[in-house]
Amino acid sequence: MAKITFITRDNETITLEASSGSIMELARDHNVKGIDGDCGGVCSCATCHVHVAPEYFSKLKAAEEIEKDMLEFEDTTNEFSRLSCQLQISEALDGITLKVAN
Amino acid sequence: MKKSELNDPFEQARLEKGYGEMDDQNDPVVMVLRHKDVRRCAHNWKTFQSGAQPGRIVVPSEVYIRDTRQIPFEVDPPAHGAYRALVEDWFRRPLTPAYEVQLKAQIDLAIEEALSRESVEAVEGFSLPLQSRALTLLLNVPLAEAEEWISWGVHVFRSEESKTDASKANILYDYIDQEIDKALENPGDDLYSVLLAAEYEGRKLTREEIKGVMVLTFAGGRDTIINYVTNAITYLADHPQSLERMRKEPEIISKAVEEFVRYFSPLTHMGRVVTEDTQVCAHALKPDSRISLCWASANRDASVFDNPNEVVLDRKVNPHVAFGFSHHKCLGQHHARQIMKTLLQSLTEKVASIDILDAKANVEQWGDFDRKVGFHSIQVKLNPIQK
Repeated sequence: MAKITFITRDNETITLEASSGSIMELARDHNVKGIDGDCGGVCSCATCHVHVAPEYFSKLKAAEEIEKDMLEFEDTTNEFSRLSCQLQISEALDGITLKVAN
Repeated sequence: MKKSELNDPFEQARLEKGYGEMDDQNDPVVMVLRHKDVRRCAHNWKTFQSGAQPGRIVVPSEVYIRDTRQIPFEVDPPAHGAYRALVEDWFRRPLTPAYEVQLKAQIDLAIEEALSRESVEAVEGFSLPLQSRALTLLLNVPLAEAEEWISWGVHVFRSEESKTDASKANILYDYIDQEIDKALENPGDDLYSVLLAAEYEGRKLTREEIKGVMVLTFAGGRDTIINYVTNAITYLADHPQSLERMRKEPEIISKAVEEFVRYFSPLTHMGRVVTEDTQVCAHALKPDSRISLCWASANRDASVFDNPNEVVLDRKVNPHVAFGFSHHKCLGQHHARQIMKTLLQSLTEKVASIDILDAKANVEQWGDFDRKVGFHSIQVKLNPIQK
C-alpha cells in the first residue's frame, strides 16, 4: 500500500491509498480536481500533469521521450513535471506528494 | 488489401521533406507532416493563427461560403480561452453517468435495429442516424430533432458537385437561427439557452457569436464521427478476433478508442494562417500564407509510433493528435470518445461478427496525396450472438 497526497490548484489536500494502477487512475477515480485523464492513460492528452515533490522526483522511473515531448508544450511545466498516467503505483512511492499542475 | 485498411500517403514526403504542398482554390497550403512539427506549430498560435478570415483555416477553405466565425475554433488566445471557458464544462457532460446511460440506450437500439435487418448501409443508414441522435444529447434537445438533421444527408457543407456548397451551409444557418429564436422565446436547459444566458467579458454573447458556437458544434462533429464509426464497424468486420478480444477483455476498450481514432484520423488536417516570416523543415513561409497541421500524417510517424500502420488494439503509449493538439484541441472529444466506447461495448454484447457485402471508398485528394478517409457507402450484415 502506498499513501499518495495530491494538492490541487485551490490548495485542497487529498490523501489516497492504493497498491496498483497508475496515479492518474487513482486521482481520476477519486475526482481529484485538475486531473482529468481524458485519453485514459495513453500519454496523448497531458490532462494528468503533476509537479512531484522534489525529494520524491529522483525516486521515480525516468520519463520516456514521449512523455517529455508532451510536457514540452505545457504552459505549467517545470523541472519536477510528470504525467501521472505514466507513474505506476508501488510501495516505493509511499508518502509521495504531488501538486496538480492545472 | 482489406476493406478497413487506411493507407498512409504521406510517408515518403514526411521522411524526405517533412512537408507537402497543395493548392486549394488558389490559396495554397503547406502541409506539415511530422508529429513533432505538427505539435510545435499547433502550440505556436502567435505565428500560426486560427483567428484569420472566417473559413480560411479550414481546408478546403470555406471563405466563399460563410462569414460567421466559428467559436472558439477561429479565435486565438487570450480571447479563445475566455470563450472556451464558457462551453468547456458543457462539452464535458458526456463523461457523466447519466449521459452514458442515455447514449448506451440509443446505441443499443441502433444495433438491435441493424441486427433485425438483412443488411444495413453503414454510412447514411447507420453512422449518420447514430451521430445525429447522439448529438441531441450533446445539445440537450429532444431526440426527435435528429430526424431533420438526418434528412440533411452526410455533408452539411459539402455535396458531390462542389466541395464547398453554399446552399447546404444555408440549411444549417437557417436552422440554427430558427432554434435561437425558439430558445429566446422559451428558454430551456439546452445549449442554445445556455449560450443565450452566458456572459463574455461582462456582456451577453451576440447572436453571431452564439451561431458561431452552434455551427462549430454541428459541423465539427458530423463527417468526423461518421467516419470514426463507419471505419470501426469495417475494421471489426475485417478483424473478428478483435471483436472477440474486446468481448473477453473489456478493459482494453478505452485503449481501442484511442487507437481507432489514431489509425482512422477522421479529420485529415486543419489549417492555420502564417503571421510572420518563419519556416517549417527549412521551407520558408511568408506572412498571410497557409499551413495545415496534418493529423493523419503525424499519427503514422514511425519515430513516435511502433508499427504505425497497424491497429494495436491495446497500444499503451499513444500520443496521437487525432483530436488536434494544444489550445484548440477538439471541443467534442469527450462526446466522440464516449460514442466509440459505447459502440464497442454494445457491439461486444450483441454482435457475433460482421460481414461486408459491398463498399465504396471515400478517397480525399490533397495535391499529390490520395488519402482514404472512410467510405461513401458500405453495406454490412451484422450477425447476432446466438443465445
